Amino acid sequence: MSSRIVHIASNTFREAVRDRVLYNLIVFALLMSGASVLVGQISIDIERLVVINLGLTAVSLFGMVIAIFIGIGLVSKEIEKRTLYTVLSRPVRRWEFIVGKFFGLAGTLAVNTFFMAIGVFVALLYVSRHFQKQDGWVLVALYFIILQFLIITALALFFSSFSSPLLSAVFAFSLFVIGSFAEDLRGFAGITHGVTRWLATGAAYLVPNFSALNVISSVAHSQPVSGQLILYNSAYALVYAAMALCGAVLVFERRNLK
Amino acid sequence: MAAIEILGLEKTYAVGFWRKRPKCALRPLNLTVQDGEIFGFLGPNGAGKTTTLKLLMGLIFPTAGSARILGMEVNDPRMKAQIGFLPEQPYFYDYLTARELLDYYGQLSGVDPKQRSRKVTEVLQRVGLPDVGGVQLRKFSKGMLQRVGIAQAILHDPKVVFFDEPMSGLDPMGRREVRDLMVQLKHEGKTVFFSTHILSDAEALCDRVAIIHQGELRGVGAVADLTSSVHGRVELVWQGNAVPGSLRALGAECHVTGDTVRAVLSEANQDAAIDALRRERLQLISLTPVRTSLEDYFIQKLQPTGTTVGARA
Repeated sequence: MSSRIVHIASNTFREAVRDRVLYNLIVFALLMSGASVLVGQISIDIERLVVINLGLTAVSLFGMVIAIFIGIGLVSKEIEKRTLYTVLSRPVRRWEFIVGKFFGLAGTLAVNTFFMAIGVFVALLYVSRHFQKQDGWVLVALYFIILQFLIITALALFFSSFSSPLLSAVFAFSLFVIGSFAEDLRGFAGITHGVTRWLATGAAYLVPNFSALNVISSVAHSQPVSGQLILYNSAYALVYAAMALCGAVLVFERRNLK
Repeated sequence: MAAIEILGLEKTYAVGFWRKRPKCALRPLNLTVQDGEIFGFLGPNGAGKTTTLKLLMGLIFPTAGSARILGMEVNDPRMKAQIGFLPEQPYFYDYLTARELLDYYGQLSGVDPKQRSRKVTEVLQRVGLPDVGGVQLRKFSKGMLQRVGIAQAILHDPKVVFFDEPMSGLDPMGRREVRDLMVQLKHEGKTVFFSTHILSDAEALCDRVAIIHQGELRGVGAVADLTSSVHGRVELVWQGNAVPGSLRALGAECHVTGDTVRAVLSEANQDAAIDALRRERLQLISLTPVRTSLEDYFIQKLQPTGTTVGARA
């Protein structure tokens, strides 16, 4: 990887840390502590299920909010504040800037997820008193959540490369919501006919398939995740994120900076 | 050797809701800046100075034409490693300290890691900010940010430096320091290209200037040539506040300031005027030919084609 990409990624990470993005971890910690204590009092034998469901859903939502709201500003904010001028007037190629920004935010989300994962496991230990073998699947669910972050970060960057922050947020959030029901959309496409079928099928395969990357419920019920699914989801997420990133680069390479 | 070669560079934006209305920001511009020059790019606000600089930095793309810096295309990273750029009213990552920012820019410019810290210290010293390297930029005043901007532009020892309104936001002392710095850069063999609408700065600093207005190049030349034209008029200055009547009869325009009088009149009446002063026993301080100031030239070039202002055509 080009050293300039590493420097841009490091600076993006430093910006997120200094802008107190990681303060969300405090809210998450409070949420997990409260939930663990509450669950222990009101549920019988399903404490583990509730903590995994609640914890992983919170990890996913917190991360998505960060990915969207920081991702949409990664390029537009730099153009708006003109900080980009002194970067692109150096020997930095535009694609290096985009890729550096992507890895910077992806790194921030990975660190954030790591600390949240610790919180989930601590809460799990608190309600179960000991770890079980099937708790290992929680790690797979967390891995899938990080894959979702990669996709949404790349999409937010893509929208940010040509659109205003507000519109970028609307686009990215809409894709997150629609993508969470991608399997349902594919099912709907299967039962329609004619033009509707074509349109529904096209839309179903165009939006990111977040529902395939969501195994929170099955992991909470101690159901294993197949190696094939891990492999398929990894390839899918990496290809999708790479394509969105290529789109962002293609748009940004041609953009006049105001 | 030409440091900067601009050939028919043109920029037209599409404006309006449907982006169908063309707006010309820069008409075909041809300009050459020689190696080692301090070159002033002058024009009123909105003339096209910043557009030209953005085109040269590869921040926007030309509608037509091309430019080469140090013989290389404007998007060539090898060229960009050898230039420095100060944007107009620069804004930096305000969560960083001045040292961190300069270190980051040093990394991006490929400055040797072993020398980076030393270079950052030196450049902070050079722009008059030796004691605030550890302070976050969000606590900096406008003038201090301008100095940081100049520091980041020269940090990596570039061959060509582009400054967009470098005196903006600086107090008189700061402006003087920046002027001195630009002269130092020239003595170090660097080419300095700067845009400004402060003509006194350009007159004091530049080897050559170009004047741009409404996106069109209106004139280019050496400052010494543009300001040395004699118009057949002379200026006399003498001690006292008395103006001999015979001098007024010669058509002199007289201005009394304190205990000196300035009179401008035709060169043909110069001897008669001196005789008149002698007769009145007034002490002549100076007699100089009237020269065109850069301001005269600038104002004249800003007029619509076919119109003239002042004595110089």
